[in-house]
Amino acid sequence: MPLIKEIDYGTRKINSKKMVTLKIDGFDVCVPEGTSVMRAAMEAGIQIPKLCSTDTVDAFGSCRLCLVEIEGKKGTPASCTTHVEEGMQVHTQSDQLKGLRRGVMELYISDHPLDCLTCAANGDCELQDMAGAVGLRDVRYGYDGTNHVNQRGASDELNARWAPKDESNPYFTYDPSKCIVCSLCVRACEEVQGTFALTIEGRGFDSRVAASMSEDFFESECVSCGACVEVCPTATLQEKSVIEIGTPEHSVVTTCAYCGVGCAFKAEMRGAELVRMVPYKDGKANHGHSCVKGRFSYGYAAHKDRILNPMVRENVEDPWREVSWDEALSFAANRLQGLQKTYGKESIGVITSSRCTNEETYLVQKLARAVFHNNNTDTCARVCHSPTGYGLRETLGTSAGTQDFDSIEHADVVLVIGANPTDAHPVFASFLKRRMREGAKMIVVDPRRIDLVKSPYVEATHHLALRPGTNVAVVTAMAHVIVSEGLFDETYIRERCDWDEFQDYVEFVSDPKQSPEAVEALTGVLAEQLRSAARLYACGGNAAIYYGLGVTEHSQGSTAVIGLANLAMLTGNIGKQGVGVNPLRGQNNVQGACDMGSFPHQLPGYRHVKFAEVREPYEKLWGVAISDEPGLRIPNMLDAAVEGSFKGIYIQGEDILQSDPDTKHVAAGLAGMECVIVHDLFLNETANYAHVFLPGSTFLEKDGTFTNAERRISPVRKVMMPRSGYADWEVTQLLANVMGADWNYTHPSQIMAEIAATTPSFANVTYELIDKLGSVQWPCTDAAPEGTPVLHVDGIVRGKGRFIRTDYVATDEKSGPRFPLLLTTGRILTQYNVGAQTRRTDNVAWHEEDVLEIHPHDAELRGIKDGDWVKLASRSGETSLRADVTDRVSTGVVYTTFHHPDTHTNVVTTEYSDWATNCPEYKVTAVQVSLSNGPTKWQEHYQKQSARSRRIEAAE
Amino acid sequence: MSAEKLTYMANQIANFFKNKPHEEAVAGIANHINDFWEPRMRLQLFEIIKQGGEGLSPLVVAAEPAIRKPAKTSS
Ligand code: SF4
Ligand code: SF4
Ligand code: SF4
Ligand code: FES
Repeated sequence: MPLIKEIDYGTRKINSKKMVTLKIDGFDVCVPEGTSVMRAAMEAGIQIPKLCSTDTVDAFGSCRLCLVEIEGKKGTPASCTTHVEEGMQVHTQSDQLKGLRRGVMELYISDHPLDCLTCAANGDCELQDMAGAVGLRDVRYGYDGTNHVNQRGASDELNARWAPKDESNPYFTYDPSKCIVCSLCVRACEEVQGTFALTIEGRGFDSRVAASMSEDFFESECVSCGACVEVCPTATLQEKSVIEIGTPEHSVVTTCAYCGVGCAFKAEMRGAELVRMVPYKDGKANHGHSCVKGRFSYGYAAHKDRILNPMVRENVEDPWREVSWDEALSFAANRLQGLQKTYGKESIGVITSSRCTNEETYLVQKLARAVFHNNNTDTCARVCHSPTGYGLRETLGTSAGTQDFDSIEHADVVLVIGANPTDAHPVFASFLKRRMREGAKMIVVDPRRIDLVKSPYVEATHHLALRPGTNVAVVTAMAHVIVSEGLFDETYIRERCDWDEFQDYVEFVSDPKQSPEAVEALTGVLAEQLRSAARLYACGGNAAIYYGLGVTEHSQGSTAVIGLANLAMLTGNIGKQGVGVNPLRGQNNVQGACDMGSFPHQLPGYRHVKFAEVREPYEKLWGVAISDEPGLRIPNMLDAAVEGSFKGIYIQGEDILQSDPDTKHVAAGLAGMECVIVHDLFLNETANYAHVFLPGSTFLEKDGTFTNAERRISPVRKVMMPRSGYADWEVTQLLANVMGADWNYTHPSQIMAEIAATTPSFANVTYELIDKLGSVQWPCTDAAPEGTPVLHVDGIVRGKGRFIRTDYVATDEKSGPRFPLLLTTGRILTQYNVGAQTRRTDNVAWHEEDVLEIHPHDAELRGIKDGDWVKLASRSGETSLRADVTDRVSTGVVYTTFHHPDTHTNVVTTEYSDWATNCPEYKVTAVQVSLSNGPTKWQEHYQKQSARSRRIEAAE
Repeated sequence: MSAEKLTYMANQIANFFKNKPHEEAVAGIANHINDFWEPRMRLQLFEIIKQGGEGLSPLVVAAEPAIRKPAKTSS
């Protein structure tokens, strides 16, 4: 396994159809018009020396190292900024060029420290490489003159040009003495990341890179995405992990285990030690970009809190006892089987994880169906995107987003609703912002002023700051405008949708009751603004919808998803590049967990258990009868547990006590069970109620696949041995076998083979294919052997697109005199979900606690100042946290995150849920906020209890 | 599960279908419940209806004959 190095072509790829042929060093090269001479040379295999260009940013032409000679042209033009021309004759090496390049290098080196042997970038430095490439043999100038290298001059006087290292960022350093002012970092921050945090300050020899207004990196706008570190040709911007460990010697391509963008990374290793994660340029989801989580936040994998031995206890009041794998597994198996004997075979179930691999998820649902003999399997997608599955299936016929991420490059109008991509899906947000800078228009529908509404060089045309809980009214009003103003695409609808359903829908939506004017008072969105937004969506060219949990996590979540599909069908925005309806998935493998049959009513591939022909292949293969009845969903399991008919559960990689709503109800459900098995990396909050703890493995410790929000199946690869001894899929298999199954998988590829053999949309998926293509988007079948980037191209999958009425039904969670404010929740960039991983990294530097955003007006009414401790109470419960007084939220609305167990935001959320799927209504809770002195009684009690339940008895 | 909660969930489903023609609405509700409600939940719903169906939307009551009777729960 060598260190993987992608080819750097020097300048961006050009997508022109017109080809140009030229000669470079006598060889013929044919490239698209507009390509640089540098890139053309690289395509012919000739690497021209360079320092200030790379193929992810625009060329700037400042270093003068990439000079070439072109016949018939005067001088020596820079090859990075010179475009190819038909018949051009280029020479990349000559005596003149050699001399010029050496001169340039000599100047660079004369203001660069010569401590190569002890430099962190030794062996991985382009300056070093170029010095070698141009044959630099001596440097005539010393450091006696002006330089940036030495803190003090020859006579010990302070050197004003010298600046100390900036080590404020937890993950990388900036050492100005090594900077060659190539400006690659500045361009990467602007063009790749879109944050504009860096500038070149000063002029000429005095110029230096600076973060924002000469602040340190940590205090600046920098979001720590690492794009600048990636392009820096020297050790100026350098990962701290490389400084500490040294350079890596081999690398393996794998997939980020955080969000649903599913970025490809190279895990760069030295032996079994992970040196750094570097975004992989050939990754089709991220094209070499990353965010702070995937790039840097992997420290949890080696964190001391990780539990590496299985543990059991009779009662949840007892301390944990470390035991062997055998003992833990037979303890678990005995209990589960005993429960089934006493309480019936439906009394136990499983929860699969959206953080684990497809193969692991598949095995966990198989455990329920083939070993427990019931359909009691559910997944955390229940609490996030289950309405997506329902809504898109009912209207379009598939339970998945319609586009690949690259489709955004063809969008003219983007509707972002109930999603906050810059925090939750950062790499996609960078693509989106780039498209905005190129001129696409954006409509943001969100109660909060999210960053996309206005950030450097990006501004939404409309921000509809609706009241939480009124998505359906707003979306339906947009459809009203489109229908009543005749802006719909009749040809498209006649051709691709069910015309009768459309008529019915028109009748419903044309009713003046649905008009923007009629719902204005309810939604808080000005009718005129809603009308222009609807017109822009319908008439602005290719229009794409991106939505998140702000749409699904409502009592009308499924209805809202249906409403979005209606909008797209009305305007013909389904079935080509640049359009579509796209859920932004929260966790890395939410899509995969849903695909793999985690839901209690569906076998893999979204096929209902009631159909005999769906059950049959599995019954044959597994040698069992599968129930034709739907099993329990997570909230139903908890209800049944409280009532006494559900007694045991195996939970893989999921912390329902912290992530699910109405904590007290979840706790009561868990407390009612007699066997709770938690399979996780850490003693999470749910483990407070567990009897068996099985240590889990990180994404670095196992093979498998993840499926991202664009249905892309990407490889996860083992780069080190599982610290607990077993990968998660092996543990599930061991448990199944102790319970009497006879599973003999020796590698996850065999599990994928079983999935492909039984699931039509995965028919042609194999590990070989994934290795060959890098990743593949399902459906992957004989008809689409290399996968399907865009769905519904030849017609809507369902047959005819189906318009469905979307009556607005107000949630019963209403604000009133006791609870006058509406709470909505979300996440921030540096933390991830319940925070179990990110809280165990240096990311806490950015976000060490959850805070409550509250509008200055609402704060003043309550005597609350910025930073005060406040109590947040709903009819479910109360918690306390600090206030952040800001006008990002409107009056009447407060906002917080749920990353920290000390806050335990979900104590306040209620048990209301989506009518179709029981997806909880996280996004609307009526609350009151008042000043407080610190943590509430409940928080103190909880902290005590969780400390108690985490005791581990020392093993003899 | 509390009868109150189950009634609430059934009514939520009825709410989505209420503006459809009666027959379609009733069929829609029954299908939805058949597809997504575990037998224990359906048994309890029948029980609530038997007790007079207090608080239950008339549409749900009308859907009862089309809701699948679970086979006896296994043990
Ligand atoms: S880490 Fe990212 S955001 Fe920060 S300065 Fe570098 S490119 Fe810009
Ligand atoms: S910090 Fe690195 S990338 Fe930025 S200008 Fe200096 S040498 Fe170039
Ligand atoms: S968290 Fe998401 S955006 Fe960030 S690196 Fe991982 S997959 Fe990419
Ligand atoms: S690489 Fe072309 S001028 Fe620097």
